[in-house]
Amino acid sequence: MTGSDVLVEVRDLKVHFPIKRGVLFERTVGHVKAVDGVDLSIPRGKTYGLVGESGCGKSTLGRALLQLTPPTAGEVSFDGVELTTLAPGKLRTMRKRMQMIFQDPMSSLDPRQNVESILTEGLQAHGIGGNRDERRKIIAETLDKVGLPRWALSRYPHEFSGGQRQRIGIARALVLGPELIVADEPVSALDVSIQAQVVNLLDELQDNLGLTYLVIAHDLAVVRHISDIVGVMYLGGLVEEAPSDRLYTEPLHPYTRALMSAVPVPDPDVEDRRERILLAGDLPSPANPPSGCRFHTRCPWAQPTRCADERPVLREIGGSRVACHFAEQIASGELRPHKVSAEIVRPEGEGEEPGVVSAPSEPGSFV
Amino acid sequence: MTIISRKKKEKIDRLAELAARDDERGVSLWQEAFRRLRRNPAAIVGAVVLGLFVIVSVVGPFLVPYAPEAQLWKGEIRVGFIPGVRAENWFGLDHIGRDQFSRMVVGARQTLLVGVVATMIGLAVGSLIGGIAGAAAGLGGRWGRAVDNVLMRFIDMLLAMPSLLLAISIAAILGASLTTVMIAVGTVSVPVFARLLRGAMIAQSNSDYVLAATSLGVRKPKIALAHVVPNSLAPVIVQATLTLATAIIEAAALSFLGLGNNDASIPEWGMMLADAQRYIDIAPRLAILPALGIIITALGFTLLGEAMREALDPKLRK
Repeated sequence: MTGSDVLVEVRDLKVHFPIKRGVLFERTVGHVKAVDGVDLSIPRGKTYGLVGESGCGKSTLGRALLQLTPPTAGEVSFDGVELTTLAPGKLRTMRKRMQMIFQDPMSSLDPRQNVESILTEGLQAHGIGGNRDERRKIIAETLDKVGLPRWALSRYPHEFSGGQRQRIGIARALVLGPELIVADEPVSALDVSIQAQVVNLLDELQDNLGLTYLVIAHDLAVVRHISDIVGVMYLGGLVEEAPSDRLYTEPLHPYTRALMSAVPVPDPDVEDRRERILLAGDLPSPANPPSGCRFHTRCPWAQPTRCADERPVLREIGGSRVACHFAEQIASGELRPHKVSAEIVRPEGEGEEPGVVSAPSEPGSFV
Repeated sequence: MTIISRKKKEKIDRLAELAARDDERGVSLWQEAFRRLRRNPAAIVGAVVLGLFVIVSVVGPFLVPYAPEAQLWKGEIRVGFIPGVRAENWFGLDHIGRDQFSRMVVGARQTLLVGVVATMIGLAVGSLIGGIAGAAAGLGGRWGRAVDNVLMRFIDMLLAMPSLLLAISIAAILGASLTTVMIAVGTVSVPVFARLLRGAMIAQSNSDYVLAATSLGVRKPKIALAHVVPNSLAPVIVQATLTLATAIIEAAALSFLGLGNNDASIPEWGMMLADAQRYIDIAPRLAILPALGIIITALGFTLLGEAMREALDPKLRK
């Protein structure tokens, strides 16, 4: 892969949100490390899928990449232009080359704007299409691309179905002719029957327009279908990155293995016999992440050496990049999983024993 | 048979209507809210009451039978006796021999004027402060939050004082006049409008469509004016309608306390009420009529305001 093939290059990106206390004199008591040191590169014309459980920082990563959330540290270079240090005016003009599709099409469309106004806004902001007729032409072409009828123009978002609204969201992103589209859970708010339509639309648009996608999702099947490269995130960091097929057939990182084993197999016999890895406990708090490998508190393969005190970096193992000290040993079967007991967390102030609910002693005592 | 065929016909007509609607233009949220408002009986009652009130106060003064300040029947007033309802004086006479009906009608105009102008003052100043604070806090980053902090502490100071006390202080400082009443009553409602608009704007600034507009590359002032403000206006409009009611009551209270209109030739309901209290045992209608006027008008505004709140509430949208 040569340098010019890479459209987006992210290096050691960090997004930390301060936790503030105090009313008038705020002081910072800690940081939520939503994204904590991510490196990735997205080749031009390809789709990079980002998966991970809720709260692992994948949406924040997508927003930080587009500079919608200011990154705390790190670099994002888009087609050779460094975005993090770009002046606000220059950044604004760069925005037409990178767009976003949102999860919830209802809340991401202004309810008081009709479709024409939604689509015109971006064109006006960048001065594309000098007069009204020219803009109308661009908008009409965009509507055709996403499969919306012409009469949609004078309608308002609340008059459309969920799938149509998402098409409006896609049209809004497309109308500026971007090169990169960050799609944040583009189908998870839609009915399953509509999901396929939208995924196929995204696929089709990529073929016709040569778009580059960063697709953020938690649905492994969707990501597999649409992505060329998949990155797996855990607690603000990338734990594994591999070409889509390879990741699904040969997951190397323990967390990826656990994720993949959670996908049901449509064959009941295989489903009954296959090995499943159940993770114990919850995602640790990103305000106070575990030392060393972030995953060692829940990892069935965790070793007494290294795991708890040395944060693994992504290293290349046969086409994949894995952040695990013992990936080779796990792959070869040298290390076997052991049981991890769930750490029981009780809400503060609760008693030790759950209260016993007893039936009223007399039948009439409630009257 | 006929009933069935009629039902069928109605059904087809309705379907045709729906089909025809399909190539109409889209229905915006404001239009939809108006549709809901029209179906609400409370809104219709409120609108009718207010309509009558507005017609009376605009047209009334030209049609009244007698000049409101003329003491035409001065000679008939005796100690302990004020002539009541009779053919030439529909509401009777007041304590110095003026026609009460003419005074009520002309007084409506003053009351409406005070209510509307005071609310406008509150709405304009409050929305300006709240809009700047809201835009600064929602979209302005670190410096914006500082601006918001300064403005809001000022608003909190106004809010900390009891509203009538604040109005009395302002009226006392500026001296008794109609303008004073308007300014005093308007000032009282400034913090309410400011807080409301600011709160709504901050909430809207965190919404996805603002993020979407940012990612489109729309400039921040345009985002504030084109997206954030229009979506934050609904509670402010409702509050304005409700404030009209309280403004009328507060203006009447100030007049009652002698801080209002000091020109005795222009009748005003609050002042009439104040004058009437000395004669309440011999002519209670002198107090009851202006009081009823104030109550009914305030009720009309409140009904309409509540109905508008229901119509504009996004949670009640079908």
